[in-house]
Amino acid sequence: MDQQLLSLLIAVPVVGAGLVALAGPGAVKSMRAIALTASLAVFAVALRIAALFDSSTGEFQFTEQAAWIPQMGVTWSLGLDGISLLLVLLTVFLTPLVVLNSATSIDKRPKGYLVNVLLLESAMLGTLVATDVLVFYVFWELMLVPMFLLIGIWGGRRRVYASMKFVLFTMVGSLPMLVALVWLGLAHAAATGAPSYAMTDLYDLELTRSAQAWCFAAMALSFAIKVPMWPLHTWLPDAHVEAPTGGSVILAGVLLKMGAYGFLRLAMPICPDVLGVAMPIIGALAVVGIIYGALVAMVQPDMKKLVAYSSVSHLGFVMLGLSSLNVVGVEGAVYHMISHGISTGALFLLVGVLYERRHTRLIADFGGLWRQVPLYAFFLLVVTLSSIGLPGLNGFVGEFLILLGAFKASPVLAILACSGVVLGAVYMLWMFQRVMFGEIDKAENREISDLNRRELVILVPLLALIVLMGVYPQPFLKTMEASVELTLERAGITPVETARAEVSR
Amino acid sequence: MVSAESWLRWIPLLPLLGAVLHVAVGYRVGRRATGVLACSVVGVSFLLALRAFSALVSAPEGAVLADDVYRWIAVAGFNIDVRLVLDSLSVVMCLVITGVGFLIHVYSTGYMAHDDDYARFFAYLNLFTSAMLVLVMADNLVLMFVGWEGVGLCSYLLIGFWYTDTAKASAGKKAFVVNRVGDAAFVIGTFLLFWALAPGASDMGGSSLRFADINAAAPGLSPGLVTAAALLLFVGATGKSAQIPLFVWLPDAMAGPTPVSALIHAATMVTAGVYMVARLNGLFEAAPAAMTVIAWVGAITALMAATVGVVQNDIKKVLAYSTVSQLGYMFMALGVGAFGAAVFHVMTHAFFKGLLFLGAGSVIHALHEEQDIRKMGGMRARTPVTWATFAVATLAIAGVPGLAGFFSKDAILAATFAGGHYGLWLIGLAGAALTAFYMTRLLRLVFFDSFRGDRERGEQAHESPRSMTVPLIVLAVLSVAGGYLGVPHALGGHDVLGSFLAPSVSSAAHAGHALHLSMAVEWLLMLVSTTVVLGSMGFAWKLYAAGPDADVVVRGALGRAWQWMASAWRVDEAYERLVVRPIGRGAGFLWKSVDVGLIDSFADGVAMTAGVLAETWRRWNSGSVQHYALSLLAGALALVAAVLLGGGG
Repeated sequence: MDQQLLSLLIAVPVVGAGLVALAGPGAVKSMRAIALTASLAVFAVALRIAALFDSSTGEFQFTEQAAWIPQMGVTWSLGLDGISLLLVLLTVFLTPLVVLNSATSIDKRPKGYLVNVLLLESAMLGTLVATDVLVFYVFWELMLVPMFLLIGIWGGRRRVYASMKFVLFTMVGSLPMLVALVWLGLAHAAATGAPSYAMTDLYDLELTRSAQAWCFAAMALSFAIKVPMWPLHTWLPDAHVEAPTGGSVILAGVLLKMGAYGFLRLAMPICPDVLGVAMPIIGALAVVGIIYGALVAMVQPDMKKLVAYSSVSHLGFVMLGLSSLNVVGVEGAVYHMISHGISTGALFLLVGVLYERRHTRLIADFGGLWRQVPLYAFFLLVVTLSSIGLPGLNGFVGEFLILLGAFKASPVLAILACSGVVLGAVYMLWMFQRVMFGEIDKAENREISDLNRRELVILVPLLALIVLMGVYPQPFLKTMEASVELTLERAGITPVETARAEVSR
Repeated sequence: MVSAESWLRWIPLLPLLGAVLHVAVGYRVGRRATGVLACSVVGVSFLLALRAFSALVSAPEGAVLADDVYRWIAVAGFNIDVRLVLDSLSVVMCLVITGVGFLIHVYSTGYMAHDDDYARFFAYLNLFTSAMLVLVMADNLVLMFVGWEGVGLCSYLLIGFWYTDTAKASAGKKAFVVNRVGDAAFVIGTFLLFWALAPGASDMGGSSLRFADINAAAPGLSPGLVTAAALLLFVGATGKSAQIPLFVWLPDAMAGPTPVSALIHAATMVTAGVYMVARLNGLFEAAPAAMTVIAWVGAITALMAATVGVVQNDIKKVLAYSTVSQLGYMFMALGVGAFGAAVFHVMTHAFFKGLLFLGAGSVIHALHEEQDIRKMGGMRARTPVTWATFAVATLAIAGVPGLAGFFSKDAILAATFAGGHYGLWLIGLAGAALTAFYMTRLLRLVFFDSFRGDRERGEQAHESPRSMTVPLIVLAVLSVAGGYLGVPHALGGHDVLGSFLAPSVSSAAHAGHALHLSMAVEWLLMLVSTTVVLGSMGFAWKLYAAGPDADVVVRGALGRAWQWMASAWRVDEAYERLVVRPIGRGAGFLWKSVDVGLIDSFADGVAMTAGVLAETWRRWNSGSVQHYALSLLAGALALVAAVLLGGGG
């Protein structure tokens, strides 16, 4: 069984989805039980993988290979390194919480919702463990469908517009990427006689600078839309506002990270020679995103939209970390991906809690809730602090490493990005103040009940991780270190610090 | 020299544990249990700090106690350890934090006795104590930053403790955000130092950004870099320690409960910037330009805040501006290289300013939340213990000979003069005169003459319970006795504190400046400052025999300047106009005009054009493949539409 753990990882949610689909139309409880069991089973598989994972190497582990389209050189090849492992763990951790949350947030067509969530999980995991670029692409596109449906069917009032916008933006990016990926396979055939889409083969491919430039541009467009990087971000606020709570959690928690992951997994190692030119541009756009996202978040009247724009800002930090091209910055970026997934997931869940009770997300509709819902206030406070990067909680570690790494690459960009840290405190604390502080001046708000047991079951693990990742980040950093170093090496960078660290070991 | 003491971690851990317990079970156990827990964790921390102190006193000079707790972050040569160290400098800070902190915890059990949120208050207060201890015990910049932000958080929570009042909540947010501006500079300074020192100890797997390493390496680094790093860190200090230009949050911070003002916004947190500079004395000494900036910023802040203190009518606001002013003195001392004198003043200030705030709290408590000194008066008879202790503190802060403030302020002024900074010395002297003036005004208006507020309040006014008066008495004793730790050689003393601190701030080349003054000059300086202080006090005393009406005289004498002083030199207004509003407007513009107006319209336009084109294309092409594909797409869309419409209800 241990040989096919990755296939199992992808298969279990699909099987779960099938079983959910088989359940009788009225058996909502059993559907949820099946879906929860399936998502917990995936979680268990992932934990098994984590337990067997060897963090001393950056090479792909748990590799599987099977012929798929031999004529074209496409193989069903899977594998995972420390970077993908962490994102896999994030995915399998969030999915059961989303399933649990659906019990209260989704009244309409629960079966379809659960099936979509599980299929989406499978597609995300597939994207993360694919080591053949076409397999990667297939899963990449597969992620689109369930997400589209989650927004389009279970979304809010403007769901049709939002879901179409989401699909169109993403598709615009992914078509050039497909062309680039196919071209790479053909280039491999031209160079060696046999086409191959295996990532490790493509990493070794010698490409001309201009070929790399074209490939990088094609992939970067797709990934930048997904992240989303400024100015390609405008699909995100609409998608978030309309998406159901669970959809937002997955979207912000995992889906956005796929863009940054794509840069790390494909664009950077395949096109190393253009990074010297491209990454400063990406870094600059990232900083624009950090500040722009924070400023626009500040003036949002809708809590969900505020969190959505804050994601633009946070993902700007992630991209700034990648653009630094040094181990510190890139590890910070990966760390921030995980911790943003946790914190923003928690934020969306918390906004959802209020929405379920009051059917509004407008900040102005609240105020003075602290006394009414002290437990909720406590959770929102900790998550808010995590989001603004308070040391001791998870957000700080990633942000600090990113800025430290970025400072080496470009002090100016890092200094500008620091203003995002200040603005982050402004918009989050201002929201917190307007929702929680003051007197309750609306009668409806006196009816709001505090967190119930189910919500606590969902939120406590998130809170525990927020603290754990802030106080004891070493296990996470260790898991990714060799992989980040190898990725950078493939991207043509032998970081000085790395070399030095080697000597001292 | 460095001895490993793994019990050190309990000094910050105990208060943290207290905070966690308050959150976890505070709502179930009674007030008494909460109060006992809150005080005892800080009390035990104090005892542990005493133990460390006695170990250090008996150890050879320059000894350090250290506790390696664990490695926090390690990435490619960047290693941050949770490592706590106590040397003579940090142990003094620890004693002040836990000692004064303990007294204020005890006082709070009385002051907050009737508050609904008793447990939440002590959770914050304990958490603050823990963070402050981490700040001073950290052995590297990043761990210090943990405490640095932690105390900022607690300050935010405690200023806005009575959150139903939106103004109070806003004051908390303002404090946090202004501090964040400073913190951003702080971290940039940290980055600069990290990369400058990168090929250093941390290569060998050692910890990065240790204070000892920074101080040792600073003289060897390029002067420009050291100056930049020092100035950036100092900007961080101006946030936390309320100096120009980031002092604006501190007066607003008075919205918090008064014990909080005493502990956080007078005795401890606001001195964090002073401590940081003293801790990094090697770095700052290597940046003379930065030192000059610090000295002048401190001096000007001292004077500016003192002028504002003269025209305030809220008892806490007077004390708040006074704190800004006194912190200015400490920075002036740092800037002229008198690190020991700065720390001495940190300590004495913690005693007398903590006492002043607690006394103010006692008066406010007695008068049912009255804070306007124009509506006070005659409190001497109503609250005799408060009056007596408050008077001691007033004499101490004014710098009357024999009390703590005299010795520490004199040490600063003497060091400034000895360094040849006569301009600074003069500003310091003017500030001392103003301090003596506004403190005498305060004392007279609050405690003397007849009561001017509404009669009912006046009649009900009575002395506070023992839990509040005992801390007052202890602090009053310290406000006198504390000074005798630093009696200068000119007065036949031995400057015990100065010699104890010396090894920790020894890289300071001018540490012994005061000694360079001849006995006669030193006596002369003391005579001058004492004359000025006593004269100013006498003048204020006489003037305010007329009660608050004397303000009119002051106002008339000051003319135009009065307006500026009353509006705190319009700094707040300038921020509002030049920073806050433009950012708000800009953000609105980015959202409505750029995001929705520009980018989205563009995307929608592209989508629409594509739709039109596709339609045209479909009509003109009857090729079977294209047709098939399009029908498929149309079919899929129809299906989705059907699903959507079906599920629309």
